[in-house]
Amino acid sequence: MTVWFVPRDAAAKSMGADGIASALLARGEEVIRTGSRGMLWLEPLVECASERNGSRVGWSNVTVADVNEDRLDTDHPAYLGEVDLLTYLSRQQRWIYERVGIIDPLDPQDFQHHGGLAGLKAAMAMAPADVLEAVKTSGLRGRGGAGFPAGIKWQTVADQEPQPLRGQPSRATRHKFICVNADEGDSGTFADRMLMEGDPFSLLEGMAIAAYAVGADRGMIYLRSEYPEAWDILCGAIEAARSEGWLGESVLGSNFAFDVEVRLGAGSYVCGEETAMLESLEGRRGMVRAKPPLPAIKGLFGVPTVINNVLTIASVPGILARGAEAYAALGCERSRGTQVFQLAGNIAQGGIVEMAFGVSARELVEDFGGGTLSGRPVKAVQIGGPLGAYIPPDQLDVPMAYEALADAGAMLGHGGLVVFDDSADMAEQARFAMECCAEESCGKCTPCRIGAVRGVEVIDRLRQGDNIETQTLLLRDLCDVMKQGSLCAMGGLTPNPVLSALDHFAEDFR
Amino acid sequence: MISRSAFPQWNESDARARLTSLIREHDGPVLLCLQDVQMVYGFVPTAAVELIAELCNVSRADVTGVLTFYADLRTTPPPAIPVRLCAAEACQAVGGRALAQAWQQACDQDDQLAVDTGVDEPIFCLGNCALGPAAMVGGQLMGRATVMSLKERVAGIRDGGRSSVGGES
Repeated sequence: MTVWFVPRDAAAKSMGADGIASALLARGEEVIRTGSRGMLWLEPLVECASERNGSRVGWSNVTVADVNEDRLDTDHPAYLGEVDLLTYLSRQQRWIYERVGIIDPLDPQDFQHHGGLAGLKAAMAMAPADVLEAVKTSGLRGRGGAGFPAGIKWQTVADQEPQPLRGQPSRATRHKFICVNADEGDSGTFADRMLMEGDPFSLLEGMAIAAYAVGADRGMIYLRSEYPEAWDILCGAIEAARSEGWLGESVLGSNFAFDVEVRLGAGSYVCGEETAMLESLEGRRGMVRAKPPLPAIKGLFGVPTVINNVLTIASVPGILARGAEAYAALGCERSRGTQVFQLAGNIAQGGIVEMAFGVSARELVEDFGGGTLSGRPVKAVQIGGPLGAYIPPDQLDVPMAYEALADAGAMLGHGGLVVFDDSADMAEQARFAMECCAEESCGKCTPCRIGAVRGVEVIDRLRQGDNIETQTLLLRDLCDVMKQGSLCAMGGLTPNPVLSALDHFAEDFR
Repeated sequence: MISRSAFPQWNESDARARLTSLIREHDGPVLLCLQDVQMVYGFVPTAAVELIAELCNVSRADVTGVLTFYADLRTTPPPAIPVRLCAAEACQAVGGRALAQAWQQACDQDDQLAVDTGVDEPIFCLGNCALGPAAMVGGQLMGRATVMSLKERVAGIRDGGRSSVGGES
């Protein structure tokens, strides 16, 4: 019996995947909705196998007419052959994304059949302290942007006593939280979304492992409201995990209790900053908190809280299942393991590339990405989101790793690469960075709130040719103030795109 | 034309019942209450601010502060088929700015389109950054959007069906 696989990933749906699935169902075919393989320029990518776990052949950019007119055969011009053998996939080192695009995201059996839950079982056979040790040994660092070692953050939370929620009497139940930051607001990043839509159980499994290791009893996922598909899938996954006994009063039949709640953001970029996220989760304005106290000591509702990005947490099950050493063997310097890179913007072959740290930006943009979508020369690549630097093409050999990027005056951020062709106006991009900061600033600190507004004005004067040298000096000085004086990364990193545009593309400012 | 009354009229006793159970089950409920009201009624009316303040035992200023902080929350009824175009970097790199201008022109020339879609309230990133320009039309995500595909989708939703984008191309 033939089985068809059609992604229900939001990006695939945006190109018409739902219509394909309906057309196949109308013809009486068996259809399984999976996540996306991450080769987004091929969406809707439809696969077919002779049995559920058989090898799959695929077709790219499938239309409803292809299905209705029975054209999906080996003679079709968009026939891809065996999908696992495509170089884009076979060259990758998929660790976090192992099951994404393969399994039905809401089918617990499918998840387990492909190795799911092995990490949680391994962790719960160990003492919590040994789980902490394994995460430390793996060298896993936070994937949200800051790159803080996960094991050390977890240890800090493990060392705290649970506390009653803020405002509750001291006899009230005491808690610790695991908070997952799924407020993936950076333009050019979508790896959190695709993971949550393609393999949500792995995120819940990672959260349960973290909770076991640090002694937490409650989990919270802060999901941005722009991801309605991820919301539906996460809610379904949590329900399924509860009925499987993977979450709840007695995780895997033990006396370890842990449950997870998802909450939606409300369209605020700064809420991706961890302390603003905590404020938002507590129902208030997303205003950044001063640190200390660290969230690990006084976090959500004032209790000890682990805050990690989706990809950080989703890396953990594999580390426990396959061993911390196997993870640490990947990567370079102090950037261990794999990173899920996202190729976006003006790129021919955009999508997800999971590789060990150390792959160069050029390999990602040229070999995987196939250059620009427009076919024109690359002018700049913005690495690490809207707060990352614009890199000119001659510097693309930089290895994608925390240290090497920092040395090059750039940052990894959340692993997004946004490609621009030679029609881009980098002065306009610099202005946009300031404009965005002004729009999205929480307003708590002056360098960010006022600096960004002044930044737009200075760039406008600069572009009008008004006293160029003075304005340039002023802009650099302003950026310095924002960098040194802002309370969080929002104001502190906005100078990155601005100054890199000014340094590498000065001619655009005239 | 689709009327704007796809959402029910504000009903205080219904809202009170919903919000009371929401507050009982959740810590830090103010934002959740505002989101719930907007989901049910399409926007947050002034009466809801007072009700939430009362039920959460905070001041109206506190609730208003939250309401005005978040871009998603609105104090007026939404258009029938909201069109949101992504204005962030990855979509700019593939003509997002030009699309926004062209869409504005299309709405200038077609009053009905402007009324139904509320023209465009830009949004910063829809997570469809490899298939830009991205847009959200009536809650449905679109990739490689053009003025034509946006109009087709609006028309499809207006007619009550989902247009099969990608099907005919």
